[in-house]
Amino acid sequence: MAEVPMYFILAGLVAYTVLAGADFGAGLWTLLAGPGRAGRAATRDHARHAMGPVWEANHVWLIFVIVVCWTAYPVAFGSITSTLSVPLFVAVVGIVLRGASYALRGQLDEAPGRRVIENVFALSSVLTPFALGAVVGGIAAGRVPVGNAAGDLVTSWLNPTSVLVGALAVATGAYLAAVYLAADAHRLGARTLERDFRARALWSGLCAGGLALAGLIVVHFDAPPLFDGLTGGGGAAMIAVSAVAGLATLFLVWRNRFGLARASAALAVAAVVAGWALAQQPRFLPGLTVDQAAAGRSTLLAVIVAVAGGAVVLVPSLVLLFRLFLLGHLDPADTSGATVPRVAQKAKPRLLPAFAGVTLVVGVGVTVLADGGWPLALGVLCLFACAIATFGLTATAPDEET
Amino acid sequence: MTWLAGVLASVDQEYLFQARQMQALSLAVHIPLVCFGIAFPAMVLFAEWRYLRTGDPLFRTLARRWSKVMLALFAVGVVTGTILSFELGLLWPEFMARFGNVFGLGFTLEGFSFFVEAIFIGIYVYGWDRLPPRLHFLSGVPVAIAGVAGSLFVISVNGWMNHPGGFELRDGGAVDADPWSALFGNSYFWHEFVHMYFAGFIVAGFLVAATYAWGFLRGRWGRYERTALTIALSAAAIAAPLQVVIGDWAAREVATAQPTKLAALEGLGQTTSGASEHLLGWYNGHEVIYGIEIPRLLSLLAFHDPDATVQGLDAVPLEDQPPVNVVRFAFQTMVGIGTLLALLGAVYLYVRLRRKRLPRSRWFYRAAVAAGPLSVVALIAGWITTEVGRQPWVVYGVMRTEDAVTGASGIPVGYGALVLVYLGLAVGVWWLLRRFRQVPLEVDRDG
Repeated sequence: MAEVPMYFILAGLVAYTVLAGADFGAGLWTLLAGPGRAGRAATRDHARHAMGPVWEANHVWLIFVIVVCWTAYPVAFGSITSTLSVPLFVAVVGIVLRGASYALRGQLDEAPGRRVIENVFALSSVLTPFALGAVVGGIAAGRVPVGNAAGDLVTSWLNPTSVLVGALAVATGAYLAAVYLAADAHRLGARTLERDFRARALWSGLCAGGLALAGLIVVHFDAPPLFDGLTGGGGAAMIAVSAVAGLATLFLVWRNRFGLARASAALAVAAVVAGWALAQQPRFLPGLTVDQAAAGRSTLLAVIVAVAGGAVVLVPSLVLLFRLFLLGHLDPADTSGATVPRVAQKAKPRLLPAFAGVTLVVGVGVTVLADGGWPLALGVLCLFACAIATFGLTATAPDEET
Repeated sequence: MTWLAGVLASVDQEYLFQARQMQALSLAVHIPLVCFGIAFPAMVLFAEWRYLRTGDPLFRTLARRWSKVMLALFAVGVVTGTILSFELGLLWPEFMARFGNVFGLGFTLEGFSFFVEAIFIGIYVYGWDRLPPRLHFLSGVPVAIAGVAGSLFVISVNGWMNHPGGFELRDGGAVDADPWSALFGNSYFWHEFVHMYFAGFIVAGFLVAATYAWGFLRGRWGRYERTALTIALSAAAIAAPLQVVIGDWAAREVATAQPTKLAALEGLGQTTSGASEHLLGWYNGHEVIYGIEIPRLLSLLAFHDPDATVQGLDAVPLEDQPPVNVVRFAFQTMVGIGTLLALLGAVYLYVRLRRKRLPRSRWFYRAAVAAGPLSVVALIAGWITTEVGRQPWVVYGVMRTEDAVTGASGIPVGYGALVLVYLGLAVGVWWLLRRFRQVPLEVDRDG
């Protein structure tokens, strides 16, 4: 049971890399929008609009990973966050700048200061995945010992493996984004943008693949145990899966089959995360296995129950969101859909004032006098009922001033 | 698991003060946004519901314009909330390492409600054009529910920190944790949650109303502005007087479960029967000086008995007492502003219900403009009261805050950087809200 929350964490990491990673990549493409036939402004707008409805939901995967980690593996979490405090802080600043500049940019249109905001957005879209990749690199290379800031505050993240994983995070984000944006352009019928992003997807796919291969050499010298894990057993299998899926994506993009390319590109990235996990298992931090790091039985059980229960709500919601998004139901339109016909206002129920009065008296009386337990709960509920009834009276009254 | 808690030895607490300031600053930035998460979806949905009931396009325009503000504030709330979740680990790794197994569940659940909120807010705000009206309204309902549920889960953690249970203590860390009963079997968090829920409506309502009251004073007073002000101000004006009753309940819970905190709130040096209440004044280490004394009121308020014995600060050693004047000043600020807001709300409700119209006095609208920022001050003062009042403990009576802090250096640098980031964010939000107001109404009319 100790490993189950780790599967949740890895699944969350895959989702974050595949979904939010692409959002980061889209930010990078707004910076590199210059060379392309569609023009700088059109490219930027396309990249920006394509993530509008989904970026908040995509971002939450990171929160999910963090909260499951600190609940199920508290000691490992405390060790990681204290030793790797620098890149984590950089990531936080990047997330803030990115979210704020995105929200601002949506309102800016042609106002002055637009370029500055756009550049802040693009740069923070590079900074954040790099910093988070450096964190992963620090953990993967075994540079985070158990303890409160027990590791080196600088070399734990400024080392070859961390830099490599950080660069890889940026590159895979760009590659995923290019594939997704080509698919979105295809859906919207924007041929020039589609061709631009097709070319970008092919190039960045080659770059990301090349970086991943170069990375194996870096890891061989910098973190031999990780290298052994990646080149043998399950780790090697996953790397192979990733390589095949990556090549398949290039082929699909080349043949303009963007829908399938979306899936295979995501698979290529997911397989890298899985390969890392298999290469490292059962080690979490040096001298600490996943089993040893796990919290007590009832905590683990609670996490599993909470995640299972949450998934019942979450999975259909996510399916709905992405269905509406990919079918274009969340795109702007010039004509509004069906409108509601005007109806004559009905008279308000005459008992409402009396109800508000009674619940107020009972609510105040019981809440003040009750010592706790059910009477108190009843009193508070009466106060809620009174608030709702009074709101109905004050907020729906017709406008007298006209 | 237990041997590991020992490995995480106590470190140098050089940066405790900066770390606390950094956490407090981040909370102060995030909490007003939480109020909008709690109350704003309900207000937006109410406006849209009125549209569905009456077919009056004015309500649709209102809901649509508000929903854009809601999304922008949610986006800012997402990033400030992310800062908080990172800071828990970055600043208090010992707290997370030793007790994450007990309270972490609250945040896991909060993560899911956050997810639901983020998913449906995207559908709601981007779905105005193409979703059928009723379906669109329904897509907003989960946003409202998740906003409330999320704050409930987070406050369950705060309730646990103030009234810990559901675990065994071994070597300074929690073992045999039972997170469900620790968080939700804890009777102590309900008053905190209800108090915060009403505060959400007070803050969001008065802040939204303040912008339209300002418009009234500047001559912008069309039907759109009147409708918007009515909805926002009604929510705040109803919540503000009821909050007095909820606050009384909260004070009694504190009196029972955290007598030292109550003594700090009131500056009660010695355990006293028939204790008096002091307004204003200064706590000099033994008693309140220069204050206005009201005999026996404290005993009456805390225990509903004018002769009840109230425990003083002397019941615990000095190193276990919170900084009394900070807590007391914050508490009096909250109560003072809260009383004024309740009075303003009562005036509004009287005019609205008895005279069937909106107030016409310019002074009323001047007060309504002031009520917006004042409600935020009261909100933050309230959280200072409960959180500084909890000191020197991070887990009340179990773990001291100084034992929770990180051993990483560089906290002052981070603190400085964060202050700059927040200043930038504040300027950005202010500018953004101005932009929203400048968009002409026609843009959203059936757009």
